[in-house]
Amino acid sequence: MSHGPSATGGAAISTAAPGHAHEPYVPVFTGETKARLAALMERYPTKMASLLPALWMVQEARGWVSPEAMAEVAQELGLTAAYVKGVVTFYTMYHQHPVGKHFIQVCTTTPCHVCGAEDVVKAFLEKTGCGELGVTSPDGKYTVIEVECLGACGFATPVMVNSDFIESVTPEKVPELLKRYQ
Amino acid sequence: MGFPFKPHPRETLVLSKHFGEAEARSLDGWKARGGYRALEQALGMDPVAIQNVVKESGLRGRGGAGFPTGLKWSFMKLGDGKPHYLCCNADESEPGTFKDREIMRWTPHALIEGCAIAAHAIGAETAYIYIRGEFTEPLERMERACAEARQAGVIGRNAMGTGKRVDVWVHKGAGAYICGEETALMNSLEGKRGNPRIKPPFPAASGLFGMPTTINNVETLAAVPHILVNGGAWYKAMARPDNPKSTGTKLWSVCGNVSKPGNYEVQMGFPFKEFLYDLCGGPPRGRNFKAVIPGGSSVNIITIEEAERAVMDYEGMADVGTALGSAGCIVIDDAQSIPRQVARLARFYAHESCAQCTQCREGTAWTTRILERIVAGDGTAEDLDTLLDLAENMTGKTICVLSDSCAAPVVSGLQKFRHEFEALITRKTVHAVPTIVS
Repeated sequence: MSHGPSATGGAAISTAAPGHAHEPYVPVFTGETKARLAALMERYPTKMASLLPALWMVQEARGWVSPEAMAEVAQELGLTAAYVKGVVTFYTMYHQHPVGKHFIQVCTTTPCHVCGAEDVVKAFLEKTGCGELGVTSPDGKYTVIEVECLGACGFATPVMVNSDFIESVTPEKVPELLKRYQ
Repeated sequence: MGFPFKPHPRETLVLSKHFGEAEARSLDGWKARGGYRALEQALGMDPVAIQNVVKESGLRGRGGAGFPTGLKWSFMKLGDGKPHYLCCNADESEPGTFKDREIMRWTPHALIEGCAIAAHAIGAETAYIYIRGEFTEPLERMERACAEARQAGVIGRNAMGTGKRVDVWVHKGAGAYICGEETALMNSLEGKRGNPRIKPPFPAASGLFGMPTTINNVETLAAVPHILVNGGAWYKAMARPDNPKSTGTKLWSVCGNVSKPGNYEVQMGFPFKEFLYDLCGGPPRGRNFKAVIPGGSSVNIITIEEAERAVMDYEGMADVGTALGSAGCIVIDDAQSIPRQVARLARFYAHESCAQCTQCREGTAWTTRILERIVAGDGTAEDLDTLLDLAENMTGKTICVLSDSCAAPVVSGLQKFRHEFEALITRKTVHAVPTIVS
């Protein structure tokens, strides 16, 4: 749910991960992962319903959802790669390009906005060295985006770092917080 | 409870009674607190009898629409030979709202129990809890609780040894506000883009996987076990004497410029003024309240004067020209600029529009652009009329109400705080302090 230079479409991000396109693709759904997917599919009357969970499994394993991974998911679920891409692009949480080692999402929607979320964003951009939203820091460690309402409005400003959910972040707390994510 | 603060004596703790108690999260801990007695009772009841208890209670949907829950359940045609489904809407994404999150974090079994009872009441064997992808902790808590309940035979093929099958599964969303719209949620669960569907057909006729489906909010379902155990009359009694249409307790998420943000559980009919100043501690020091968005960002903005005479139930909020909605209460103080906040809200809707309908796709984007231009000091005298014209074309003309929701703060903001917009256009300064004094 990013604004400005998009986390999923920004040119700066695609250049941040050189070499990916040239490495041979290693399938995600083998062994235990394949068995997990098979078990998951039993929860639903259609194969297609396992698409979002399958894409999550890909992102957990690889950090992003590559075109090759979309093709693999399509094959597993009996869908076309184009269909899978159509779904991936609808949702903001699937990364269509590699992102920094630590993906930082700062909520800036109205309830946080009135409590000064913009200053939290500024602090993250400055302290991570990212400089701009959606751009990965030169050391590859951080990507910072603004995110729409994280649903923890009473604890402004909530921030997600990877899958960690951190409440009540203020600009002053940013340097200390970043020490935990090196 | 005003959670995470200590409960205020004037709160009525039903859903939030065990917030903050880590033990309540486990199956044993939940059972020790009276958990799953309601499910046991329900599984021995005829589905229609359960529907009737819920009808009698007066429980209405807590997701925003306020539709009577028992009535919704009765739309499901029992014994039609088709698989029925229950969806639990845990996509809580409405700005200002963070109550379902606490229910799932602290009392996951309350939700599972509510889901299982509701599933039985509508003739469904499967319930899916659709949780937004950003809610990593609630997801983990719910997954763990489901696994525990399944392993103990509370849910599953032979729920509580009754021979009835009730499965409850957690499904993780992937970042899209629109998936909180009921038919968009169903599309998303089916593995599709989260575009809302044209209604009719309504979900009770053709919902998830094209089958009869009921969809309820987390808080609605979590209230059901209490109603079953204590009776419909008990729930119904929690209301204003002169308004039987809003019953029970309601969790209010309070955020923004307020001394004690958090979740408060009060009975329907509570006076809003006392709520804001006594329970929530009033405005931050040195400030005054200016405006309130009481029901999540999609409802009309009201002035503090209007809020102070409002009563906290569905009808009471309608009486002051707004809505109870999801009870995500955003409080705005006199250091904030209303145009700036309305512009930020419009940006939210523009970002979250699924882009199916032209009025919404273009309308939310144009509205944002005009508002941001005004805030930047480049507005023109015609802009305000253009905004109202746009809003008119965005209301009641689309598949779902996202577009209407974008128009609501614009129209109400302009009605009540027009002078602030005009001041920006004529380049007078509107005081706006970006940081808050705590």
